[in-house]
Amino acid sequence: MQSFTGVGVSPGRIVGSVRQMPKAVSEPPAGEKLASSTTAEDAAVTLRAAAKAVQAELKQRSVSATGAGKSVLEATALMAADPMLIKGAVKLITNNDTSAERAIWESAASVAEMLHNLGGYMAERATDVLDVRARIVAELRGVPAPGIPASDEPFILVADDLAPADTATLNPAVVLALVTSGGGPQSHTAIIARALGLPAVVAAVGVESIADGSAVYVDGAAGSITLDPDADQVAAAEAWAANAATLAVFDGEGVTADGHLVPLLANVGGAADAVKAAAAGAQGVGLLRTEFCFLDRDEEPTLDEQVTAYRGVFDAFPGKKVVVRTLDAGADKPLPFLTDASEPNPALGVRGYRTDFTSPGVLKRQLAAIATAAEGTEADVWVMAPMISTAEEAGDFAGMCREAGLKTPGVMVEVPSAALTSETILGLVDFASLGTNDLTQYAMAADRQLGPLAALNTPWQPAVLKLIQLTVAGSVAEGNNKPVGVCGEAAADPALAVVLVGLGVNTLSMTARALAAVAAVLAKVTLPEAQRLAGIALSAPSALEARARVRAELPVLDELGL
Amino acid sequence: MSERTATIASRVGLHARPAAIFAEAVGALPVEVTIALEGDPADDAMDASSILSLMSLGAANGQVVVLRAEGDGADEALESLVKILETDLDAE
Repeated sequence: MQSFTGVGVSPGRIVGSVRQMPKAVSEPPAGEKLASSTTAEDAAVTLRAAAKAVQAELKQRSVSATGAGKSVLEATALMAADPMLIKGAVKLITNNDTSAERAIWESAASVAEMLHNLGGYMAERATDVLDVRARIVAELRGVPAPGIPASDEPFILVADDLAPADTATLNPAVVLALVTSGGGPQSHTAIIARALGLPAVVAAVGVESIADGSAVYVDGAAGSITLDPDADQVAAAEAWAANAATLAVFDGEGVTADGHLVPLLANVGGAADAVKAAAAGAQGVGLLRTEFCFLDRDEEPTLDEQVTAYRGVFDAFPGKKVVVRTLDAGADKPLPFLTDASEPNPALGVRGYRTDFTSPGVLKRQLAAIATAAEGTEADVWVMAPMISTAEEAGDFAGMCREAGLKTPGVMVEVPSAALTSETILGLVDFASLGTNDLTQYAMAADRQLGPLAALNTPWQPAVLKLIQLTVAGSVAEGNNKPVGVCGEAAADPALAVVLVGLGVNTLSMTARALAAVAAVLAKVTLPEAQRLAGIALSAPSALEARARVRAELPVLDELGL
Repeated sequence: MSERTATIASRVGLHARPAAIFAEAVGALPVEVTIALEGDPADDAMDASSILSLMSLGAANGQVVVLRAEGDGADEALESLVKILETDLDAE
């Protein structure tokens, strides 16, 4: 029985057959000429046929699609055989003897550039042209089209890593689980999997060799993939399916076995998310990402647009807390009007709160929009700034909030310096929220997106737990019981959630999908037990050991398949 | 050479879905049709069957465009296309 081991990032036990995600289409070499056996006329005919085939395939897919996806597919289908695109390529074939692959590559590049220069909506369509180009080149080469395979049969998707754009085409009704050879616990694959509630294992070396159609068993908690599952594994998958139904229900109160309350909040990215989170029983919003309002735009959204967007979220949580994080642009979330894409080291660059240094005004206007949106709603609106590094910054931000009429300012603790100075910082603001994804990447000096660093890049690192402990200690020393929450992916891991509670964290905010599982495990543990487990994790020599030792003390995890 | 003008009725202008519908209709015709913004020289007119050309033309709601075609059936073809442009395609 052959098996592979990676990092389990989203729990679940499942048996299914594998589909490999085709590799990204590589660029045909610059200057690639027609093969001597091919005439320019033949190459042009072949290219037109390939374009028509791609068009037919996209059109076919648009028939079964609905809503926005349908019109995008229809428009993309037209682009595939567009005269502007094809004529440009045929000209290169005829005049320069360029190979069909290279010709379509260059023709699409210039069309994409033209669209990009038009800006706005057109610039967004440039991506569609490049997608069409990759499909035509794949067709010409006779290899599978890039992207998630289209299939009516459910399958386990195996890939190098998933990009944010793949989310749009990932159908959770067909994809049973995600397995990647690259990526880490904070990679997009992990985030997508948790949001969709799909079992997932990342950084599993060797899985690219699994043949399409192979039957495998995936355990998203243990991080294992096994070929040709045995009867026990099939039974485990069936037990999980039965359990999953009970783990999907959260009764709306996070509490330990001995009655210690731990409000469980949701991370949301817009009004639609917020409505779903409220329906899932979330006790409020611990992180409202406001980037949704700003991404894919060339210009800052207007006050009215922002007010409408925020109010949609506030209205979903009357009488509950909603923590708004101000714009967190930069690094992996660039914005043309705010951030400089040419920074050599964007994770350490002008991002988060720091964009206020280089583009003052955007934050001030956003705070005004939040204040306006908060008026007349019943939500208890708190506001926090991302990437705060010093107490001085925290104080400046609190001042801006007060000026805007927002009464509960706070900060994200994701830079280690903020964790180390939390006592001073909490003297100036009303609360702190730990962003464990970035806190981990900065504490460990390990890029979140790099597969080879996955082992370093986990919030189970004792050093990260120590920083969380110090942040809580700072709050205690400050003396006014100012709350410290966690709003990173760490809070969604039920075992780690217990450790966080033991470290003294007051609230946990996570993807709404994880609420029920975290609540189920917390309900089985007393506060003194959680504190003991936190001690075990803090003193472990490695993240792997910390996780293993804590999990060994929590038999409930295995019973629930978490 | 036949020539017709049309006022763009779709609220989003001539891109996204309206452009797709229009380009597809042009592609199904037996004649080649060009499109230009009113007042632009005929030499700058673009292939009306290309959705990418239509998108780069960027005709907004209320703007007037000029359609041109030559040969048998050109008049009828342009007539049918004017009707499409003067319908709010985004509303359907």
